[in-house]
Amino acid sequence: MDEVILEMRNITKTFPGVKALDNVSFTVKQGEIHALVGENGAGKSTLMNVLSGVYPYGSYTGEIYFQGQECRFQDIHHSEELGLVIIHQELALVPFLSITENMFLGNEQAKNGVINWNEAVSRTKELLNRVGLHESPNTLITNMGVGQQQLVEIAKALAKKVKLLILDEPTASLNESDSEKLLQLLLQFKAHGISSILISHKLSEVKRVADSITILRDGATIETLDCRIDSITENRIIRGMVGRDLKHRFPPRDSKIGETIFEVRDWNVYHPIHEDRKVSNNVNIKVRKGEVVGLAGLMGAGRTELAMSIFGRAYGRRISGTAYRQGKEVDISTIDKAISNGIAYATEDRKAYGLVLIQEIKSNITLANLEAISDGGVINEPKELTVTREYRDKLSIRCSSIRQLAVNLSGGNQQKVVLSKWLFANPDILILDEPTRGIDVGAKYEIYTIINRLASEGKGIIFISSELPEILGICDRIYVMREGNIVGEMPASEASQEKVMEYIMTEEEVVEQ
Amino acid sequence: MKTLTNDATSNSGTMKTLTTLFRNNIREYGMLIALIAVMVFFQFKTGGILFKPVNITNLVLQNSYVITMALGMLLIIVSGWIDLSVGSVVAMVGALASVLMVKLQVPWGVTVALCLLVGAAIGAFQGYWVAYLKIPAFIVTLAGMLVFRGLTFALLQGESIGPFPTGFQKISSGFIPDVFKYPGFHLTTLLIGIIFSVLLIFLDLRARRNQQKYGFEVTPFYFFIIKNIIITAAVMGLCYLMASYKGLPNVLVLLFVLIAGYAFITTQSVVGRRIYAMGGNEKAARLSGVNTPRLLFYTFVNMGVLAALAGLIVTARLNSATPNAGDGMELDVIAACFIGGASASGGIGTVIGAVVGAFMIGVLNNGMSIIGLGIDWQKVVKGVVLLLAVLFDVYNKNKNA
Repeated sequence: MDEVILEMRNITKTFPGVKALDNVSFTVKQGEIHALVGENGAGKSTLMNVLSGVYPYGSYTGEIYFQGQECRFQDIHHSEELGLVIIHQELALVPFLSITENMFLGNEQAKNGVINWNEAVSRTKELLNRVGLHESPNTLITNMGVGQQQLVEIAKALAKKVKLLILDEPTASLNESDSEKLLQLLLQFKAHGISSILISHKLSEVKRVADSITILRDGATIETLDCRIDSITENRIIRGMVGRDLKHRFPPRDSKIGETIFEVRDWNVYHPIHEDRKVSNNVNIKVRKGEVVGLAGLMGAGRTELAMSIFGRAYGRRISGTAYRQGKEVDISTIDKAISNGIAYATEDRKAYGLVLIQEIKSNITLANLEAISDGGVINEPKELTVTREYRDKLSIRCSSIRQLAVNLSGGNQQKVVLSKWLFANPDILILDEPTRGIDVGAKYEIYTIINRLASEGKGIIFISSELPEILGICDRIYVMREGNIVGEMPASEASQEKVMEYIMTEEEVVEQ
Repeated sequence: MKTLTNDATSNSGTMKTLTTLFRNNIREYGMLIALIAVMVFFQFKTGGILFKPVNITNLVLQNSYVITMALGMLLIIVSGWIDLSVGSVVAMVGALASVLMVKLQVPWGVTVALCLLVGAAIGAFQGYWVAYLKIPAFIVTLAGMLVFRGLTFALLQGESIGPFPTGFQKISSGFIPDVFKYPGFHLTTLLIGIIFSVLLIFLDLRARRNQQKYGFEVTPFYFFIIKNIIITAAVMGLCYLMASYKGLPNVLVLLFVLIAGYAFITTQSVVGRRIYAMGGNEKAARLSGVNTPRLLFYTFVNMGVLAALAGLIVTARLNSATPNAGDGMELDVIAACFIGGASASGGIGTVIGAVVGAFMIGVLNNGMSIIGLGIDWQKVVKGVVLLLAVLFDVYNKNKNA
């Protein structure tokens, strides 16, 4: 068990103007699950890119030993040949090809350039079995969920005879049950002697599966914790990551909840393509002034669909139901009308739906409320600058200038730009869809603080999250969704992770009780 | 990974400022320098013909329709689409105008108004397919290219129609009247040049003051002076050349108004901002309350009107409508936008860039014709220039990333 499979010694990697890695050493033992944690920008991804040959030998200093041999990778194929496979956060599958075609892409089962499909399909079946994915090898990637796609990626790694599997944030976009499946798979691999490196922001799962934890901060190794010897708490890891004690994961709040300011009744939504599939079924929800309402559920439970259909019918077909703002029925049939009726929706996918990445921070912040900074259709630039600087300071967006392009910001700061945009639109009701996905502990805390402040200013907030501790930590009341239905509602004071999970997971059990 | 939090970073060293300034604006300056280099090259190669007043006037007249359409095309390209039909629209509008004026004796003023309306209708038709029926613009406008060319042939029945009333011809071949009537020199033109230069300097000064007031880093004052001297010299030089021929062509005045208008729309207006946002990320723009289908629809309507205007200018200049007018013109227009730095994936591009790109093509056409290079090699050269300009863009982008 104590044989070393990988050793990285004194790795230093500089980009123009930034030292991304400073003398980092990192050792993985044979057959262990080694977690690599650290805040965004701590250098985790850079280190893995050095390891897999994305940054070729010579562009960094230091040595890499894999199975006792020094390696000087020139590119990613080189490292894969030795059994070092990295699975990136953004999956690299071709959506309109089948599982089989993706499985052997670049590694086709061919003789003289002619593919042996029978061989390929039967091997795919075998690999899918090993990862516990029961899908036909002919299924197109585009028809599968993110969790299943993740499994295909892992099967693909197995096809390459992986010895060390590197997973970069594998569960970031998975719900609890898919995440659980993935972690089980890692443990299973470990039993078969495959080592893995797990990069994750979710400390609970790190704590659960990792044998060792290495913490990076500001491009340097802080420490390596051995979980088999000491029992490591999440707070212990966080302390290493941020360099100080975070007293609370969630900022304290005392809520002053007023009357109902927004309500939808009998809300029905159908799927835009599969026309007879209902994605929201007779949903009734309400939000009160100063209240943070959680929307819990699995991925695919219909939370995002519900939120987007409320936000000016941005999703779905044949939408029916009524919406009330402060007791009066309102027309929210277009996004424009929804915004002018005080509703804002901050998307779960900030890069694809939230930001115009190639534009300046300033233009992103004002996009949803250009009227407020223009006179007669002409933009008043001084006003725009004043306003956007105000938001930069209020939400502490870290940037060199508000003229910086959004694409160059870190995830947490991008999220703050999205929030600024919606705050500037001055809504009464803010729907926040996975606002903390993929951002680090420190930035999460800041986002929670912002949410608290908004609630105390009297806004109503609908908070969608796949991380239950978060929902329990900041919400006043929780709705649970499953398959387009609201299946549970409870005040946060009566909620627990187990209780919510019970509602989420099994219909039968609830019925039996 | 430290980031700075202040907007204005105080600077050290004049050279350094100049270099960073150049590097940050390498696209604009690079293109302008390339244009000047090409002009100087042809000035020598043609033995001084290029800068002769009559040739400069010609150059403007020849390129007026490319520039006119480049303004609309830029907005289409910034939106993330393309319009291949504009060459055929030019021909069809010309044919329509000739039939109205020559065969039906409609007054030319009414004809102009009708033709612009037809342009708007064509734009609306294509825009509807693209924006609401979600058919890719490449396909819609490729179809439009065939349809409108076919309609041109049908309208003209295969022959050329002309000539036109003088009033109509004056759109392209006329010059602004000279109030001073000084023999051999058009004083009004020079006066307009002076007023225009003063206006430009004033506007630049005001923009600079504003930027300083809001704490943004501004270029050193001496650079500001040099820049304005160069611009003033260029404007006055052009006016002087024009004045020593017949004065400012009507078309040039129209062009100035259009360019200024579109530059204003793209940089200062809410509509412009929304078009750039739509091109940069259509989904994000839509989820921010921008009615993207409607906006795209009107972008095509705008293109249709400008294409019709260009059709009128072409027809007036040639004094006849021919079935093959405007053939291949869409390619010059699109090339102008890309040479001027517009991005094929949308969201990026400037009016000034497109105008410089159009002039680049114009000067190449003009200069190569004067030195007697065959049409075959002219196309090769233009193609290579387009490719190099885009390569320059991509190279810069990668270097900065």
